[in-house]
Amino acid sequence: MRTLARLLLTILAATAAWDFARADIAVGDAFPMPGAGMNLPAAEGKVVLVDFWASWCAPCKASFPAYSHLNEEYASKGLVILAVSVDEEPKAYASFVKRYSPPFAVLLDERHELVRRVNVPTMPTCYLVDRLGHVRFIHAGYHGSDTDKALRKEVELLLSEK
Amino acid sequence: MKSILRLCLAFCALAVVILGTGCSTVQAVRVHPWERGLLADSTMDPNRDALGTAMMDHVTSSREAASGGRGVGGAGCGCN
Repeated sequence: MRTLARLLLTILAATAAWDFARADIAVGDAFPMPGAGMNLPAAEGKVVLVDFWASWCAPCKASFPAYSHLNEEYASKGLVILAVSVDEEPKAYASFVKRYSPPFAVLLDERHELVRRVNVPTMPTCYLVDRLGHVRFIHAGYHGSDTDKALRKEVELLLSEK
Repeated sequence: MKSILRLCLAFCALAVVILGTGCSTVQAVRVHPWERGLLADSTMDPNRDALGTAMMDHVTSSREAASGGRGVGGAGCGCN
């Protein structure tokens, strides 16, 4: 009887552990940058802002002009912006990119490989990665000027670190 | 004694099936934020037809003396 109870408890614990083992990327973790050969700008030794977006997400649309301003201001100082689309339809992605023509790098994560690894909490979510490749700040959602101000401050802080 | 053992075994087998097939709260199926493209479609908005909504409001208020309960805005992408 005790053995059976132990067995059951072990199964429960193992299942729970398996579920919680798929942890989100948190502050301090190394960010899993998309692989080489994707025609992305070199991010090594630079401050990287990785944004997860979709064409069907209204706050994502609102965030693009803000990221364009950030890119304009800080790209020359060492900021790389990488916008990862999670659109399942390449046509919707292409149409969005054509319409907004972002001045920063965009890529399509059609199979959701990267977004699954990162396990973003909401759409959009952006990760600020320092020069060593570690996540330093995470912004879940886009909240207009509040997010803009916070991002600007954080980007300046990370750029000042050598 | 044998019957108790059988009962326990059956319970364990049931637990394994429940846990293994995703029927437990631990493995509850949920739509991830990046999978909500279809939910964000305008056709998923319950108030997409303004005229139809007004008509239904009129019908429910005049026939059932009920109104409101349409507090959900937009479609279901759950962004931000």
